[in-house]
Amino acid sequence: MPSVSYFAVILRVIKSFGLLRESWVGMIGAFLVLFWVLVAIFAPLIAQFDPNANILPFAKPGTLAPSGHTFWLGTDHMGRDILSRIVWGSRTVLTYAPLATLSAYTLGILMGLQAGYRGGLIDDILSRISDIILSFPVLVLYIIVIATIGASGLNIVIAITFASSPGIMRIVRGLTLDLRNRDYVAAAQTRGESDWRIMLFEILPNARGPLIVDACLRLGYVIITIGVLGFLGLGLPPPDPDWGGMVNETRQMAMAFPYMTLFPCIAISSLILGFNLLADGLREISLRD
Amino acid sequence: MVLLLLKRIGFMVFTMITVSIILFMLLETGLTGDPATRVLGNFASDAQKELWRNQQGYNKPIVVRYAKWLGNFATGNLGNSIRYKGPVKDVLLPRLWNTAILGFWTFAIMIPLSLILGVLSGMKEGSLLDRSISVFGILTTSIPEFASSVFFSALFVFGLKWLPGTSAMSGGFEFKQLILPAMVLVVYDFGYVARMTRASMAEVMTSQYIRSAVLKGLPYKQVIIRHALRNALIAPFTVIMLQINWLLSGVIVVEFFFAYKGFGALLLEASLNNDIALLEACAMVAVVVAVGSQTIADIGYTFLNPRIRFS
Repeated sequence: MPSVSYFAVILRVIKSFGLLRESWVGMIGAFLVLFWVLVAIFAPLIAQFDPNANILPFAKPGTLAPSGHTFWLGTDHMGRDILSRIVWGSRTVLTYAPLATLSAYTLGILMGLQAGYRGGLIDDILSRISDIILSFPVLVLYIIVIATIGASGLNIVIAITFASSPGIMRIVRGLTLDLRNRDYVAAAQTRGESDWRIMLFEILPNARGPLIVDACLRLGYVIITIGVLGFLGLGLPPPDPDWGGMVNETRQMAMAFPYMTLFPCIAISSLILGFNLLADGLREISLRD
Repeated sequence: MVLLLLKRIGFMVFTMITVSIILFMLLETGLTGDPATRVLGNFASDAQKELWRNQQGYNKPIVVRYAKWLGNFATGNLGNSIRYKGPVKDVLLPRLWNTAILGFWTFAIMIPLSLILGVLSGMKEGSLLDRSISVFGILTTSIPEFASSVFFSALFVFGLKWLPGTSAMSGGFEFKQLILPAMVLVVYDFGYVARMTRASMAEVMTSQYIRSAVLKGLPYKQVIIRHALRNALIAPFTVIMLQINWLLSGVIVVEFFFAYKGFGALLLEASLNNDIALLEACAMVAVVVAVGSQTIADIGYTFLNPRIRFS
């Protein structure tokens, strides 16, 4: 039997989120993230218009729609309601960002555990590869990868996994190097548990603190990346709403219709800020005990 | 020391060669789609593609092509740009110079600003000033460059009408057009450097020698300037050099937004237009700059840190 059960670990993680009450910075972050998660879940109820329907072009914020509803944030050059697009766009972001982060983490954790626990040649090879990928300017890497394999949701996830798993591997490797000399690992080795079991059930649960903080920060970066790719025209193919893409489509008109670009920018900044503040609060709490 | 230097430079060369192989595989081989289709478009006939492949030497073995490609690169023959209908070198060099100007001003503002803020907040960890600076830093790093470009344009271009909204420099170099792009880059980047400086400063402040300096009755100012700063500023040096890597990414967004004729916009343009020779050259330049600055950071760190220098 592993000495740490995953159930207990999950309970403790939830408990540490409860401790957030003590950090007002973390509370604000949690509130912002929760807000957007709720918006994404209840998107069909909140949005009053079809995000891709061309209703009334260039309507100012507050204009009444023919259907009797109000365009609270106005419409864009193609007559699509900006509020509905932002609301539905939160689904896009909150689907692809966690998906990409999760996939980068899975790969990064597996590589980091291998490199840190086994050491030797595997460690050398994995560390070299990650050094090379990390020395690349990130966005240049994304542009080249996306330009060659094409822009789609899956390809964005692949590109992000490719570019961020080396960084995660480095963190996990460092933590593993420290944890592998602990008594409970030695005890598990004496019990004759397999290497994989030790890595996944003894070492990984005990490395969770720094990893959770890093995951929050990384989610913020991934959202920035998805937004920037959309802004550069390398994101998800139109017409489905995507915050970065919305800015890209309307930035030429920003002079006359600033609200078209302003609101998606506020949306994406507030979500990223939420994750970063949450990470800061969690770090503060983890330093305390 | 010499051994370490050689090791670092060896790794730099190794990285560049690996990256060149990856680039070659991605852009010049069939791994991610036919290069002939990419250059000639989807509607080219098979005979046209075959002709193009023969002309460009794409039917030779991969190893031979790679060697020739790398040789051309090393001797400065970067090929011809499809879009600009001329040698890549002529397009690339002026663009690089423009980005260098932008980068210079960004760093000239960002470094003093982030060091001062970092030192101030690291001096008294947990103080109100420290907390405000760190929350402010989180706020500015949370706003992606394209969003802060939008916010600043809304404020300074459309609201106050102080600054021009584009930086194309079509009527010759104008300093006014450089302000907004540089401001966006500074705002996005300084938070990270300030946070690293703060961490380094806070660590130094808890060390024994600072305690003894305070206890022996030195004025607080002298403790900070003569004792703390010297050690606290070693780590930020590395961080600032690594920031060049981040700047290369930021520059792409900012130059695209403000239509600044720089290297980042060129790279993006090359990738969107399938201008392979130009894209390869830009990517290699980016990697050389990134890896080069990291090597300098590493060597500089060991040189500045006496604990490593004398061991």
